[in-house]
Amino acid sequence: MNDAAATVRTTYREALRAALRDALTRDERVFLMGEDVGRYGGTYAVSKGLLAEFGDERVRDTPLSESGFVGAGIGAALNGMLPVVEVMTCNFSLLALDQIVNNAATLRHMSGGQFSIPLVIRMATGAGRQLAAQHSHSFEGWYAHIPGIRIVTPATLEDARGMLWTALMDPDPVIMFENALLYNLEGELAADAGPVDINRAVVRRAGQDLTLVTYGGSLGKTLAAAEVLAAQGVQAEVIDLRTLRPLDMPTVLGSLAKTHRMVIVDEGWKSGSLAAEIMARVMEEAFFDLDAPVARVCGVEVPIPYPKHLEEAAIPQVAGIVATALRTVGHHA
Amino acid sequence: MSAPDRQQLQAAIFDAIGAIAPEVDPADIRPDQPLRQQVDLDSFDFLNVIIRLHEILGIDIPESDYGELLTLDRAVDYLLRRCGGSTAGK
Amino acid sequence: MEAGTLVEWRIKPGDAVTRGQVVAVVETQKGAIDVEIWDSGIVDRLVARPGAKIPVGEVLALLRGDGKTAAPPATTPSAIAPTAVTAPVPSAAQSAADRQKISPSARRLAQELGVDLATVQAQTADGVISRADIERAAATAKPAAVAPAAGDWRAQMRKAIAAAMARAKREIPHYYLATDIDVTPLLAWLAAENAKRSVVERLLPAVPLMKAVALALREVPELNGFWIDGAFRPSSAVHLGMAIAMRGGGLVAPAIHDADRKTCDELMAALRDLITRVRGGRLRSSEMADPTVTLTSLGEQGVAQVFGVIYPPQVAIVGLGRIRERPWVTAGTVAVRQVLTASLAADHRVSDGHRGALFLAALDRLLQAPETLAEKA
Repeated sequence: MNDAAATVRTTYREALRAALRDALTRDERVFLMGEDVGRYGGTYAVSKGLLAEFGDERVRDTPLSESGFVGAGIGAALNGMLPVVEVMTCNFSLLALDQIVNNAATLRHMSGGQFSIPLVIRMATGAGRQLAAQHSHSFEGWYAHIPGIRIVTPATLEDARGMLWTALMDPDPVIMFENALLYNLEGELAADAGPVDINRAVVRRAGQDLTLVTYGGSLGKTLAAAEVLAAQGVQAEVIDLRTLRPLDMPTVLGSLAKTHRMVIVDEGWKSGSLAAEIMARVMEEAFFDLDAPVARVCGVEVPIPYPKHLEEAAIPQVAGIVATALRTVGHHA
Repeated sequence: MSAPDRQQLQAAIFDAIGAIAPEVDPADIRPDQPLRQQVDLDSFDFLNVIIRLHEILGIDIPESDYGELLTLDRAVDYLLRRCGGSTAGK
Repeated sequence: MEAGTLVEWRIKPGDAVTRGQVVAVVETQKGAIDVEIWDSGIVDRLVARPGAKIPVGEVLALLRGDGKTAAPPATTPSAIAPTAVTAPVPSAAQSAADRQKISPSARRLAQELGVDLATVQAQTADGVISRADIERAAATAKPAAVAPAAGDWRAQMRKAIAAAMARAKREIPHYYLATDIDVTPLLAWLAAENAKRSVVERLLPAVPLMKAVALALREVPELNGFWIDGAFRPSSAVHLGMAIAMRGGGLVAPAIHDADRKTCDELMAALRDLITRVRGGRLRSSEMADPTVTLTSLGEQGVAQVFGVIYPPQVAIVGLGRIRERPWVTAGTVAVRQVLTASLAADHRVSDGHRGALFLAALDRLLQAPETLAEKA
C-alpha cells in the first residue's frame, strides 16, 4: 500500500496543472495548445508557468479560431502526437463543433480503424461567475450525445489530477469538462496522486434512502444537500458519474436497486438533457426497482442570466436538491 | 339386461363418488361407517351422487329414502332391493 | 390476484363473439377462470399466447367493432379502432376508473412476498402504494408472507384468503347479529315440493334460503354493495357470493347474479352449475369479480352458528348454521321445531345494528311463507 498519510494542500486548478506537467514530462508527444495558454498562463490560470518550464514548442498560444486550433489538434493526433487542446469555455467550442463532431468523432469509424485520434480537449463549463449567457452554459450533456468521443467531468482534486493522462492514453478523442466554479476548490490530495480510471462512476457518499446522481460542478452541492438530508434522517447515496459518455449505468442501477428512489442533479437544461437520458435508461432497465418517480434538479430553461441572484436561481442549489429529495422520499415522510 | 349384483352396484356407487371426489380411494372406504363423513360429501355432493346413480341404474331415489344410503353396505342393500336383485351371495 | 396464465383460447381470429361469451381460460390463484368478453364484434387478433403469464388489465385480444367492415388497421381511424379484450379485473375496487397507484418496485415486492395488492392501503395522502406499505402488509399478514412454491394454486388461494381476511379484520369494524328461525314450514314445503319432482329437478334447502336472503337484502340495501375509497357504493343488483369449499381445503365465493330475481328452479340450476365449476376449477371472471354480498353455510358440518368475516370490499356476510330440532316455545306451548340460526356480520361504517336486525327479521318473515318465495322472481 502507498503511504496514504502523505497529502498536500492543493487546488483543483493546481491539480490540473500538475496533471499537465506530468503528461508533458512523461511523453514528448504531449503538447498544450489554445488561446492564452502560454504567456497569459490560461484564462483560468491552469497553465501558468508551463510555458517557461516546457518552452513554446510544447505550450502553444493560438489565434482566436476554435475551428482552426481544434482542427490542428486533430491533425496532430492523427499524425501521432498526443495534443491537449484548451477551449476557453464550452460556449466557444461550438465554433469548433464541425471539427469535433464531423472529424474527431468520426475518423476512426470512417477509416475502418486505421486512424486514431488520441486528442484531449479541455474546456471550462457552467455558470456561477457572472459571465452571462455567452460564457456560462453547460454543454457536456450535448456532447455526450455524440458517439465516437468520450466525455469526462472531473469533480474532485483526484480526478483533476488523474483524468488527463488516462484520457491521453485513450486512442479516441476525450473532452474534459472543467466546471469553472471548481478551479478554486481547495483540499488535500495524496502526494503521490496519479492517473485514475475514467470508465466508472463512483459512490461519493453511501446511503440507503435515495440515490442522488450528479457530476462535475453539482457534486459539491449534492454532497452538501446529502448532509442536510442526513440531519433530517434521510440517508442519501451520492453518485458522481465522472464519465458522461459512456455512462456507467451498472453503478447507477446498482445504487437504485438498493434505494429504489432517485434524483438527478444536472446543471444542464432539462429538455433533451443528460438527466433525461439517465431517466430513460432507468425506465428501460430498472423500472421495477422504482418506488417513486425519478426526479430532476436541472438548470432553469433560460439563457444563464447575468445578475448574481438570477444566475444562482437558474442552476441547481443545495436547497432545491434537498426539497426535491424530500419530495421523492416524501411518500412516507 | 339382468339385475345388477352387489359388485356392480358397489362399482356404480364408487363411480358416482369418484365423479365428485376423485381423490378418494374406494379401498379406503369402510363399508360399515357413514359414507358422507368418510368422503366429505355435502348435501349438494350427495344430491349429485343420487343423480349419478339415477343415470347409471335408472332408479329415482326419493328424499325420504336418503337415510338408507348411510353406509356403503346399507346403500348396496338398498339399491339391490330397488333394482330387484337378490341380497344372497354376500 | 394480479396476474393469470392463459391456458387456452376458445376463439380464433375472424370469429364473431357476443358480449358475455367465454373467450379464454385463464389459470389464477383462485383456480381456472373462464374469461368473458365485454363487447361484441369480430376477433381481429389474439395478442396473448397460451402459457403466458398476463397481468390483470393487459390486452388479451383485439376486436373489430361490428364485423361488417374489416378495414386494414393501418388506415383505421381511431373512431373505429379495435376494442381491446383485457385480462379480467378481480374486483370492483380495481376497476380502471379508480386504478390503484402502485410503485413498480412495490408491485414486484408484493409478488415476491405474496402480498395481495387488493389488501394493501397507502399510508400517505397521495395514495401511492410503495414498498413500505407492502412491507407493512406482509408483516401484518404473516401467513401470506410465507411465499409458497410458484404454481401451487392451493397455496396461492390460501395466500389470497389470508390477505383478504387479514384486510377485513384490520379495516372493517364488524358487528355481529344472530337469530333463531323456525324453518319447519320451509322444510315441509320443500319435502312436498321435492316429492313431486324427479331426482334431477330436486331443490336443496340452500335454494329457498338463498332466495330469502337475496330478497331480504333488497329491504336493507346498506348490506349490499361495496366500501370503496372511504365511501359506500350500494349495488342495485343482488349478486350473491356463495362461499363454496373446495375439496381438500380452500374456499371461493363466486357470485350468483341477480339472485333476488331468479326463481328457485333458476337458483338451483345456477347453484348446480356454479358448484360443479368450482369443483372442476372453472369459474368465470365476472363471477369472481362482482359478488355484492356473501352467503356462507356451515350447517352441514354441524355448526350451530357462523360468525362471518366480511370479504372486502363487500360490507356484509350472512351465515347459516345447521338446521336442528329444538324445543320451540310459541304462545306458551313447547313444540319440537326445525330451527336454523341465521347470523349477520356487517360493516359498521355502513350500517348499524338496528338495520342489521331489520334484515334478519325480514329473512325470518320471508322464510315463514316458502310458497311465495318460490314464485317471487
